[in-house]
Amino acid sequence: MPEPVLPERPKLAPGVRLHFDATRNAWVLLSPERVIEAEGPASEILRRCDGTRTLGEIVDELAAVFAADRELIAGDVAEMMAELVAKRLVVA
Amino acid sequence: MNRVPAPLGLLAELTHRCPLACPYCSNPLALDDRTAELDTAAWARVFREAAAMGVLQVHLSGGEPASRRDLQEITAAASQAGLYTNLITSAIGLDAGRLQRLQAAGLDHVQLSIQDIDPELADRIAGYDGAHVRKQAFAASVVGLGLPLTVNAVIHRANIAHLSELVDYAASLGAGRVEIAHAQYYGWALRNRDALMPTREQIDRAMQQMEAIQARHAGRLLIDLVIPDYYASRPKPCVGGWGMRSLNVTPSGLVLPCHAAQTIPNLEFWSVRDHALADIWSNSPAFEAFRGTAWMKEPCRSCEFRERDFGGCRCQALAITGDAAATDPSCDLSPHHARLLALAEQAAAVQETQYAYRGRSTVIPFSVG
Repeated sequence: MPEPVLPERPKLAPGVRLHFDATRNAWVLLSPERVIEAEGPASEILRRCDGTRTLGEIVDELAAVFAADRELIAGDVAEMMAELVAKRLVVA
Repeated sequence: MNRVPAPLGLLAELTHRCPLACPYCSNPLALDDRTAELDTAAWARVFREAAAMGVLQVHLSGGEPASRRDLQEITAAASQAGLYTNLITSAIGLDAGRLQRLQAAGLDHVQLSIQDIDPELADRIAGYDGAHVRKQAFAASVVGLGLPLTVNAVIHRANIAHLSELVDYAASLGAGRVEIAHAQYYGWALRNRDALMPTREQIDRAMQQMEAIQARHAGRLLIDLVIPDYYASRPKPCVGGWGMRSLNVTPSGLVLPCHAAQTIPNLEFWSVRDHALADIWSNSPAFEAFRGTAWMKEPCRSCEFRERDFGGCRCQALAITGDAAATDPSCDLSPHHARLLALAEQAAAVQETQYAYRGRSTVIPFSVG
């Protein structure tokens, strides 16, 4: 499979919704026939995929939230974004 | 009451009425009458109760859900309850205007059934002239409104040779996801098994093609496969485990662990007319009957896969072995496995060319192109 191109301003794909599931006390991504739990850092990334923030801005914000090394965060975000794009959960 | 995990999905069979008569229809042989259907307020209550107990997604299905004149109100109620709302439709009875009103009511996603790539054959399978053309126009409306689209294609002897083209066609309609669902033989499909069952060679060829099909559409189209389990060696984890992940409400309000559960005799189903949904999920005898692993017999009871496939499908175990608690015979550890394969090969060899259509007194011949 070709390496997915990362979107510049990522947003959730049409039909995909981030939802706080009060019963299970967890963030979940809802898409047709799928429920994917978005654990800790994943929900922080997904909540920022709103089509207005750039990938760089998302990384900046997360580096601040987690008080972590920016480069480390950038690597994690890129990895997760590639997976989300491949699964068609996030689009440009 | 939290000993049972909360369900994730609810299949709302709003009506059994449908203009189509597909020979693999998942509705029971005995259909609920319109006068027995739950009203708008009852469905709204079911959705609120479902959301409160942890259900995240509702599938508005049927029959054809558009046969309900209150589909818009029902959709709005599901959306207002906070549920992810998926409409499972044949497209008949839904024009662009009505679809737009459903979108405004909060509809999240549309799943459209397609019978074949050839309009004439597609209409013959559906038992409805002109269905294919209307589906194509409907798909354009869905995409035009920016609603996400899944195309579902049930695969059987008449269309299995068109598998690859069916997926390409779904992509051309603008679908983001396609379900390739090999026919599952319960209810109407079981009655039509001789007319639907592909040969071993056809199945092998179709399964071999899947990899190339997946590769061709990688990154653009999500392809989900429902396996042809008569020819399989491992059973499907039916409904993700009985009473574990999902529940089904019939048009008249009975709550079932799966859509075919009424084929199992002596199960006691409770109705949303008499009980709260959470009470039914946790306590009704039908849900308790095959939940977990305590009901299992050998070879399931001591099998390393018992928590993974849950012994397969209870309805299929019943249909083939006469015992709903037996191992699903699609499992090669079942003593009935060889007989299931023989049944498949026999059915495929019959070359029956007439479908028994639901709601029709006559059979209509078809030819396989």
